[in-house]
Amino acid sequence: MIWLELFYVYLKIGLFGFGGGYAMLSLIQSEVVEKHNLISLQEFTDIVAISQLTPGPIGINSATYIGYTAIHNAGYSVEISILGSVLTTFAVCLPSFILVLLVSYYFSRVKNNKYVEAAFLGLRPATVGLIAAAALLLMNNDNFIDYKSFLIFGVAFFLTWKAKLHPILMILLAGIAGLFLY
Amino acid sequence: MFWRLFFTFARIGMFTIGGGYAMVPLIERDVVNKGWLSKEEFLDIFAIAQSMPGVFAVNIAIFVGYKLKGIPGSILCALGTILPSFLIILLIALFFTQIQENVWVEKIFKALRPAVVALIAVPCITTAKALKLSYKTLLIPIAAALLIWKGGVSPIWIILLAIAGGLIYGLYLKKN
Repeated sequence: MIWLELFYVYLKIGLFGFGGGYAMLSLIQSEVVEKHNLISLQEFTDIVAISQLTPGPIGINSATYIGYTAIHNAGYSVEISILGSVLTTFAVCLPSFILVLLVSYYFSRVKNNKYVEAAFLGLRPATVGLIAAAALLLMNNDNFIDYKSFLIFGVAFFLTWKAKLHPILMILLAGIAGLFLY
Repeated sequence: MFWRLFFTFARIGMFTIGGGYAMVPLIERDVVNKGWLSKEEFLDIFAIAQSMPGVFAVNIAIFVGYKLKGIPGSILCALGTILPSFLIILLIALFFTQIQENVWVEKIFKALRPAVVALIAVPCITTAKALKLSYKTLLIPIAAALLIWKGGVSPIWIILLAIAGGLIYGLYLKKN
């Protein structure tokens, strides 16, 4: 049942997505691409690129896009597929709602809580690993098709890291480069 | 008040390209300048929203909305944050499947894919540096990345392990 599957997947992403958008990517990727085969790795990479150019958090962008695409790929009409994107976007936010209500209620006890602080001693370094895994998982033959891919990667990496080029500008430049290189 | 909450967050959701963190200074400016919350209240919310799972900007919106107008407020603020990106991505999803096969679009995306990988690799390094990880603690992200990448372990297990490890270390080992 694709609807339940989508709801369950995005509920999990909303509940376990610690450490911000980039750290969430490996979780989204492992659930949506590897475990549940809802979209291909290439499609997933394209969504990440698109969400850099559009407003809003990547968690929401990916939920909306994948909800629509997965239902559409399952053979439903456009109108029904839009419901798919509503479902996933709702599912990814639901844990946040419940948690915020709980936390607001116990605010004074959560603030500077020693258990929360201790848990983050482990979570913070792990976040770096989650981001690294997201990058490594995307470094495959689907996304790196020839030597030009490595060239683009190298230049993009250098410009973003050392020259501090804004991600939007970097994506635009890479797109223009693609028109000439391919 | 309800409509003002909704439109404030919808405007922020509409005009911040580049993810959740780009929204924070705008949310702060609007919410604090309008006198809805004090700077201290906002910073408290910021700190807790950051340590919660889920979409960071949505967490902040729900928090602010709940603080100001209870559950209806939290729903409106979250909707405001989500709606602009939801509508834009929906349009792209409707449209992209039709232009995907276009030669020019293919050319662009062939170059975008490795660039996206670079875009993710950079925050990995900058986060590691910002956390000032020692060589010993650097083993945690390396092990986590290898387990997910080569071992096929779900990031959920890594997150649960990291929480358990942090609790054991922080509550028992660190004191001794």
